[in-house]
Amino acid sequence: MAQLSRTLFRAIEDSHLFGHTQLTAIDWLIMLLYFAFVLGIGFALKRYMKTSKDFFQAGRALPAWICGLAFMSANLGAQEVIGMGASGAKYGIATSHFYWIGAIPAMVFVGIFMMPFYYGSKARSVPEFLRLRFDEKTRALNACSFAVMTVFSSGISMYAMARLIQTLHIFDGLFVALGLPLGWIFHFSMLLSAVIVLGYIFLGGLTSAIYNEVLQFALIIAGFLPLVLIGLHNVGGISGLRAALPTAYMHSWRGMEHASTNPLGVDAFGLAMGLGFVLSFGYWCTDFLVIQTAMATDTQENARRVPLIAAIPKMFFPFLVIVPGLLAIAATTPHNVTTQTVVNGTIVRETQVVSKAEAEGRGLVPAKTDPITGKIVLDASGKPELDYDLAIPSMLLHYFPSGLLGLGLTALLASFMSGMAGNVTAFNTVWTYDIYQSYLHKGASDQHYLKMGRWATVGGILLSMVTAYAATGFNNIMDTLQLVFSFVNAPLFATFLLGMFWKRTTGNGAFTGLIAGTAAAMAHHGLTLPIEAHPGLHGGWIAVLHTYPSDMAQNFWTAIWAFSANFVVAIVVSLFGTPKPESELVGLVHSLTPKTVSAERIWWKRPEALGALLIVMVVALNLIFR
Amino acid sequence: MNLDLRIPMGLMFTLVGVILTLYGWATRGSALYARADNVDVNLGWGVVLLVFGVSTFLMGRRAERKLRSQPRKSTPVTAGNRRGH
Repeated sequence: MAQLSRTLFRAIEDSHLFGHTQLTAIDWLIMLLYFAFVLGIGFALKRYMKTSKDFFQAGRALPAWICGLAFMSANLGAQEVIGMGASGAKYGIATSHFYWIGAIPAMVFVGIFMMPFYYGSKARSVPEFLRLRFDEKTRALNACSFAVMTVFSSGISMYAMARLIQTLHIFDGLFVALGLPLGWIFHFSMLLSAVIVLGYIFLGGLTSAIYNEVLQFALIIAGFLPLVLIGLHNVGGISGLRAALPTAYMHSWRGMEHASTNPLGVDAFGLAMGLGFVLSFGYWCTDFLVIQTAMATDTQENARRVPLIAAIPKMFFPFLVIVPGLLAIAATTPHNVTTQTVVNGTIVRETQVVSKAEAEGRGLVPAKTDPITGKIVLDASGKPELDYDLAIPSMLLHYFPSGLLGLGLTALLASFMSGMAGNVTAFNTVWTYDIYQSYLHKGASDQHYLKMGRWATVGGILLSMVTAYAATGFNNIMDTLQLVFSFVNAPLFATFLLGMFWKRTTGNGAFTGLIAGTAAAMAHHGLTLPIEAHPGLHGGWIAVLHTYPSDMAQNFWTAIWAFSANFVVAIVVSLFGTPKPESELVGLVHSLTPKTVSAERIWWKRPEALGALLIVMVVALNLIFR
Repeated sequence: MNLDLRIPMGLMFTLVGVILTLYGWATRGSALYARADNVDVNLGWGVVLLVFGVSTFLMGRRAERKLRSQPRKSTPVTAGNRRGH
């Protein structure tokens, strides 16, 4: 998904559209209301933050449904929302693979099989679990790379939000009215998001972050459902949408037998293994950003339910975030319209001018413009290239009157901020427990660590701002760092899989496996190149031994190589070492842990039944939209 | 838990609902809605959000009252819950 959002920043930066965003008092009121409530929730939670457990783990006392919705929306940052809409406009319903293949099976797996070890081991974070299961060095490696990654991701959200505010000219009216220079809008947007997120995390810790993720989930539905409904009404319902689009847009599996016969450029094996297994299990089953929400609930049984509850809305979210992309393509392309009215006997002609990029685009997706020349970018065949990342923003601006527009923009702002917040709470926990308490200052009082957590929040936000500003100066930094992190993340799942399901895995095996997996990912990327790309950030920086039909295919296969290298190396190294005594692995390894007995008497309320139901539903959805 | 999220969340959506409904009522049928196929979207969606907000708020209030009237129960312990390192 990072791949999808990678182009977002530049696209937004380069756009010269949306010169006429007129926000009215009603839109401002809705936005201010949201800001007041998020800070209000932080203040209301402050008095409950008495121990470090309250702050970092939400006291392990939240209901399963709240954690479930937060588990889902922790991944629903604005880059994802905009990226999914962009991908929907570009590839059609096939984008739903990111949800149905790339999320649901992994969410069911983490709930049914992995959560008992995370929750039952009493580890307070994912790196801490690695220490319990393996050793100190594996934890240190994971904790450090994860801490850097969270700060960086939160910086990306901050940067993208400030850029979007600038592009859509949201604050322009306000700045003009106050007589402030428009050049300050970027800094103001950064500062605004920093202060608000800092405020509510500093006060309410993880509980605040989780509550805001749920609020954001509700806002995304409130803001995007009317967009889908109005858009559908406009194109003449589902049949109208079908008629307006090429047939391939409405099918997710057509042409998947071979990489060259579908727009994604991936075959079914690469899709199932790369996305469906390695990448998605690696993300949903090991990333502390999402796992922290499940670990905040009150019982182990509920912790197992959290990812399963999250999977239900996740399954239907394509209708909310991908369909707007389809609708943007299906809608009529705007043109200059001249209206003639008679006012007091004089004829008044008004012309609504549409920018060249909009007129040259397809549907509501504008054409790309060159940031320097301001001209439309043409592809090899001489047709204008489309700026898919603007599909969702232009849908919002095209269909929503003031009122709903305020709500839609608030939903977008909320997802930027909750994306930041989730990363910041994951950062302060891993920093305080896995780095500060473990290596820098052992044995201090709980109050000391609570205080450290609060200050780590401030530090995390400041570092995010530094990252965001670095991105404004050097655009390549973002792409490069994102690439490096994809190398670090790709092999992770193999470590957890072996750790939880093979008692012979040793700490040395896990550590060398991780290093080998990352090295394999780098090597694969350095030796392959997507078709029509230049060697460099896209790959092929060592030599080009193989070309892929698309960068998505290259991305999936990098993950497959990384996972396999980690898996094999970890097994070989483990076989040469001495495993931990079995008594130390109870509660951490599947075969040595007594089977979890569900306290739930009614069979269909048990996590296993819910998991089975979810799999049946996801198969049905794939069949319907095949 | 300490603060039932449904209370502030319900309250926020109630207020957003009220704002959209009132604004939608005042501007119904106006040229503002030409972009939305002349449907009074603010009014319609405002009412939906109002109903959602009020019912969420009431659910939260009811749960909180129930919690106050009951003595605190200890958290149920499932098998395997206490096993650890």
